[in-house]
Amino acid sequence: MEGFAALYIFMLAAFTGYEVISRVPVILHTPLMSGSNFVHGVVLVGAMVVLGHADPEDPVQLVIGFVAVFLGAANAAGGYVVTERMLAMFKGGNKKEGGA
Amino acid sequence: MANWFIQASYFVVAVVFILGLKAMSSPVTARKGIVWAGYAMVAATVVTFFTPGLGNVGLMVLAIVAGGAVAWWSGKTVKMTDMPQMVAIYNGMGGGAAAAIAALEFARGEIHDPVVATLAVLGALIGSVAFSGSCIAYAKLQGIMKNAFRLPQQNMVNIGLAALTALLGLAIVVSDQPSSTLIVLFFVLALALGAILTSPIGGADMPVVISLLNAFTGLAVGFEGYVLGNPALIVAGIVVGASGTLLTQLMAKAMNRPITNVIFTPISGAAAGGEGEAIEGTMKEFSALDAASVMRYASKVAIVPGYGMAVAGAQHKVWEMAQLLEEAGVEVVFAIHPVAGRMPGHMNVLLAEAGVPYDKIFDLEEINADFPQIDVALVIGANDVVNPVARTDKTSPIYGMPILNVDMAQNVIVVKRGKGAGYSGIENALFYKDNCRMLYGSAQDAIGQVITHVKALES
Repeated sequence: MEGFAALYIFMLAAFTGYEVISRVPVILHTPLMSGSNFVHGVVLVGAMVVLGHADPEDPVQLVIGFVAVFLGAANAAGGYVVTERMLAMFKGGNKKEGGA
Repeated sequence: MANWFIQASYFVVAVVFILGLKAMSSPVTARKGIVWAGYAMVAATVVTFFTPGLGNVGLMVLAIVAGGAVAWWSGKTVKMTDMPQMVAIYNGMGGGAAAAIAALEFARGEIHDPVVATLAVLGALIGSVAFSGSCIAYAKLQGIMKNAFRLPQQNMVNIGLAALTALLGLAIVVSDQPSSTLIVLFFVLALALGAILTSPIGGADMPVVISLLNAFTGLAVGFEGYVLGNPALIVAGIVVGASGTLLTQLMAKAMNRPITNVIFTPISGAAAGGEGEAIEGTMKEFSALDAASVMRYASKVAIVPGYGMAVAGAQHKVWEMAQLLEEAGVEVVFAIHPVAGRMPGHMNVLLAEAGVPYDKIFDLEEINADFPQIDVALVIGANDVVNPVARTDKTSPIYGMPILNVDMAQNVIVVKRGKGAGYSGIENALFYKDNCRMLYGSAQDAIGQVITHVKALES
């Protein structure tokens, strides 16, 4: 990728990240942190690509690649599950669901 | 053709991630947001399998299934009170993945361009710090690692280690074919740096650290995205890096603790013990019956829940009590400190789980001015966030932290397990105030008894 084009992408993405959540209520801070934790789970895609191009004869490369994909998959799956569980409680708006 | 399709898919995925995050910042659309993002993640994973020349597919599937299954199962079964450490550990895994990507790229000897090498090294450094730091954060919140330990000259060690790691990173960048010893040493130091930076941090600073490490992982992913020439990784990573930084600032602001203070001068029990003025007076005990009758005949009660309520799992009992009081004509509200629980918003999640409607939950800014008009403030398992020394005692380590002014309410009832100091180890002046009464016991038992007495008063 061309250096400066990438720099522009970095800059625009940074502003986007800042703007997108700038008006988030406190009640959503934890779910949102968890949600953004899930989004960077896309590192899985990168891990898959590097493992896919690792030398099949070299056990060191295979082990590192395996670890990368394993960790990436765990980040994505775990991030999704906990975020979804937290946000599931927010459905139904102000509807009373009763105690106990 | 296949490549065009993959690139187009990544583009759509990046757009959906941003829209998903946007949706997650409003309570109405939040759930939709995570579901969209989830579909995008599945799509991204599936199309990646069609990458031309992709090998080791069997091993890859095994890794995805194993990693995904372990995380899915642990995420499904974890208790709501333990959520913060789960977020920490999943985040650490993402950082570890980013670092491993860099490691593999170096092992393959494919990195020659100095810009690519710089970003690969930076991503590896940040990702490694996020990985080991998050593991420490997990161990602390999970109670595996009890004490915050500070090395002598901690800050010097931090800076020295960081400088040394950066130097090794530089050596990797400038050498065209870095030796494997150099690379291994670099990763070992980067991992050690994350652990040493995080281990002295404790108490209320933990959420800020988790949020900061989350932003770190985002950055690391973005940098490795550049190394791999994958704009989806760049966009998702940098968006998370920026939004995570903003979230970290919001949290730090809520605690009036600049991020530099969190890292360089942590509040820890040992450091806090010797400081602050001595507090005079005695703690006055209250029975569950007294508490029940005072609240039953009040016109307005504010419940201030803290982590103590959450660990006791008493939120359902508390809401049951609140409903009983409301039936008796008492106005009941919940007052939440921004960092109540272990992360900002964590307490709201726990109350929502118990079924408390949002319109009964008030933020610090919304309710603080009302405390003089509140008859009873019921503090359940909260401590530092209601400690008036934060307003009055300049020598206290928590001086300046915004607190809920419960001491200004007509009466204060504190439900507390025992007489010890709070999570940060600082004595609480509130407990010695004339309008304050202590109701000892675990939140679950104490509130259960109050419920029994309130019911008895009705009949």
